[in-house]
Amino acid sequence: MTASSLLPLAILLTSLGVAPLIFLLREESARLRTALNLAAAVLKVALVAWLSWRVAEGAVYEVRLAFLPGLDLVLQADPLAVLFVALSSVLWLITTIYSVGYLERGDHRSRFFGFFSLCVAATVGVAMAGNLFTFLVFYELLTLATYPLVVHRGTAEALRAGRIYLAYTLGGGLVLLLGTLWLWTLTGTTDFVPRGIVGDLVADHRTALTILFVVLIGGLGVKAALVPLHAWLPIAMVAPAPVSALLHAVAVVKAGAFGIMRVIYEVFGIDTAMAMGLTQPLAALAAVTIIYGSLRALTQDDLKRRLAFSTVSQVSYITLGVALGSPIAAIGALAHLIHQGLMKITMFMCAGNLAEGLGVKKVSQCAGVGRRMPGTMIAFTAAALAMIGAPPLAGFVSKWYLAAGGIGQGDLWVIALLMGSSLLNAAYFLPILHKAWFDDPAGAPATPGRPRIGWMLTAPPLATAALVLAAGLMANAPFSPLGWTRFIVAIEYID
Amino acid sequence: MTDLALDPLGLLVVIPLLGALAAFAWPRGATGLSLLVGLANLAVAAALAVKVATVGPAHHALGGWGAPLGIDLAADGLSVLMLLMTAVIGLLVSFTAAAAFAATPGEDDAAARRRACFPPLWLLLLTGLNALFLSRDVFNLYVTLEIVALASVGLAVLSGTRAALEAGLRYLVASLLGSLLFLLGVGLIYSAYGRLDLDGLAALAAPAPVASAALVAMLAGLALKSALFPLHFWLPAAHANATAPASALLSALVVKGALYVALRLFTEVFAPADPLALLVGLLGAAAVLWGSLEALRAERLKLLVAWSTVAQIGLIFVAFALSGTIGSAAAWQGAVLLMLAHAIAKAAMFLAAGRIAEAAGHDLIARLDRATVRPGLALFAFGLATISLIGLPPSAGFVGKWLLMEGALTAGGWAWLAVALFGTALTAAYLARPLAAFLRFDRVRRPLADEYAWRLSDLPPLALALMAVAFGLVATQTLDLLAIGSPLGIAP
Repeated sequence: MTASSLLPLAILLTSLGVAPLIFLLREESARLRTALNLAAAVLKVALVAWLSWRVAEGAVYEVRLAFLPGLDLVLQADPLAVLFVALSSVLWLITTIYSVGYLERGDHRSRFFGFFSLCVAATVGVAMAGNLFTFLVFYELLTLATYPLVVHRGTAEALRAGRIYLAYTLGGGLVLLLGTLWLWTLTGTTDFVPRGIVGDLVADHRTALTILFVVLIGGLGVKAALVPLHAWLPIAMVAPAPVSALLHAVAVVKAGAFGIMRVIYEVFGIDTAMAMGLTQPLAALAAVTIIYGSLRALTQDDLKRRLAFSTVSQVSYITLGVALGSPIAAIGALAHLIHQGLMKITMFMCAGNLAEGLGVKKVSQCAGVGRRMPGTMIAFTAAALAMIGAPPLAGFVSKWYLAAGGIGQGDLWVIALLMGSSLLNAAYFLPILHKAWFDDPAGAPATPGRPRIGWMLTAPPLATAALVLAAGLMANAPFSPLGWTRFIVAIEYID
Repeated sequence: MTDLALDPLGLLVVIPLLGALAAFAWPRGATGLSLLVGLANLAVAAALAVKVATVGPAHHALGGWGAPLGIDLAADGLSVLMLLMTAVIGLLVSFTAAAAFAATPGEDDAAARRRACFPPLWLLLLTGLNALFLSRDVFNLYVTLEIVALASVGLAVLSGTRAALEAGLRYLVASLLGSLLFLLGVGLIYSAYGRLDLDGLAALAAPAPVASAALVAMLAGLALKSALFPLHFWLPAAHANATAPASALLSALVVKGALYVALRLFTEVFAPADPLALLVGLLGAAAVLWGSLEALRAERLKLLVAWSTVAQIGLIFVAFALSGTIGSAAAWQGAVLLMLAHAIAKAAMFLAAGRIAEAAGHDLIARLDRATVRPGLALFAFGLATISLIGLPPSAGFVGKWLLMEGALTAGGWAWLAVALFGTALTAAYLARPLAAFLRFDRVRRPLADEYAWRLSDLPPLALALMAVAFGLVATQTLDLLAIGSPLGIAP
């Protein structure tokens, strides 16, 4: 074991190790807490940058720890892991800055930031898990770390939402536990291997494998918010804005989508999954989720709820792209993992700013907010246009590849689906933009006067909005999300 | 006596016994003495563990007389794990007890009595448990079970409240009845075979009907003592009304004593008939369901934790249903790990619950969210213990459940798998109730600085809870240790 093979462990420890320190800090030590948080986040970004560089050069990282006979805890850094780790570490840094500004005068900040770090540690663990068992461990840790964040406000409503959140996610975790155990007893391993590990068993255990697939996707689908397992997501909106931002962009829903990716590519193998006829129903389910989420988003007046249903819809693009089975669509899916994260985190931070600065929580109150908070609304507008799929923004790139993959396979319904979805995206986002920029504030604003919003709340969404623009404009650069996903797809599709 | 003084097996019985007598005779120094004895006991148990791990199973014939006439003490991997569990938990609990019962100016007689009585009772319990885990003979098992029962009833009524006395009386009756049933089984065995040592009995050919009758009687007695549904009636009140350190000992260790004997008899001595295994498994499943439902309805925190014991013990009994199948080895491993997991986590939870109740002034779950003082470390310990009791990775409870479910899955026992999964969901549901109450703040109108109040005696529950959660990292080593001497038919 060389020093550099410990790099994945070091990346995990930057957030896992800082959590207990933060828990132990006194509530008043705000500066020290901020310094610790930022130092850890910056260190993590630096380590991840180094890791991506080395992985691009072909370096292989793996750390193993025996857990039970024949069952190891494995951390590794394949390109797919690096993709997700990079997303989470960059957005953790940005969200940390935002949270410090957002919670400036709040209660229980040590508790909040402690669990915040744990949450990111869990996400990084999910990303770098080298087998389904390790994935499960961090998947459960993610549930535990996010629950206190969801109920952070400590109101009856927050606790009710937390209860529903726990019921869904722990239930999903149990189902995933069953699937993992079953996979282990069937194959004797749970390792993630490109092109899958169950190929040899299809002849003898076809039915068992089919049920196993349903069990695994069912367990993961809860966090990925696949219809009909999505109901927790809009309810969990009571969480503070940075938590919603992280939940929707990086942590929870992405862990689910990422798990679905791992199961299809590296447990079953895309060829095996397609040969068994498992991917078509999943693609259909993803399509239903995309349309359903958008339709529900149309009628929500609460801004965060509208964004939440939009997440339900948008995250399923990832599942759709994977389930279509075409390598081109897979590129779109993987790129969307990043793009959706950047876009959604921007929008949630903006929604948080509107609520904090102007007391605006509903779409109907948005009239004229563009002039009162231009920075925030510019970021929001960029992200919304990207979501709709306007070139040259990030969302356009994902949709382009998804559509091209669909055409390549002869699945022309995908085009209709994407067009329908984009129209619906436009239908629920454009009215907000129109109100914000072109309508005069009707009646008295919820909170008169100038919004008191510091740079710590305005700069982060602008930064992520810039990334949305960059990811689209420079899609072909070597370390862009798109460039990296091509690298991954080459591994998953070509021997 | 000389050989006894030098052998760790003998020391494990002699040290706590002498300690108990001394603590009884000298109440003023009893607290310090109990800590010292606890430390010495842990050291000897650790030395024995090292010896067993390196040399193999240990054996000692008292006074040089071997079986079938003399008293044999023996330790294999399972015994060592149980001894270590008892030593670690006991020591940590007595630290908290020392703080909880510490002398305060102007205290009443009851407080002084608690301080004086806890150490000798605990050391007597330790004597009984250590001897129990080392015995290889059904009559000695009976004697040690009786010692444990006497010490436990004393601990259960220590708080001196009316509710505790009533519950203690029921506990005494149940425990005596259990002992009598066990003794009946011992008598049947002796009349049929003329010997009582486990190894000798195991070597006897063809199980006779009388052996089955004896096993049923003994198992019934043990089920009563370990509160297997529907014989659990005494447990919730007895555990919930005792003082917190006593509850921790009763729930974590005492129940495990009877469970340990049941495991030994079931796997190493008798080859039980399938219907009996099925019956025990079904009762276990019923206990999971019933205990969890009662925990969901419980109005008091300690009562909830006590009902949780009924459910968790039930889950361990589910492993009995898998005996004789190809999944049995994994199931027994799972059962042992679940015993360890429950002991560690439940001790942490009762200690934390006691502290929470003290800080809030009551332990009504519905009103905990109005508490203005929230003992941060105790709450954190409670939350961590919850992780292990639910069975989330990488905790001890997770490893145990994983192995038990693996056994069920390889044996094709889908129903038992479903019991484990459903039980897990129910555990999460009832344990989320008190935790949610402490995360609620909109009913408190006070500065929240008090929330982080903690004191030194909060460290034992925290240490136990951390142990329970991080246990998965030493799961391999634990299983290796367990396999020494092939207890429960687990091959090394």
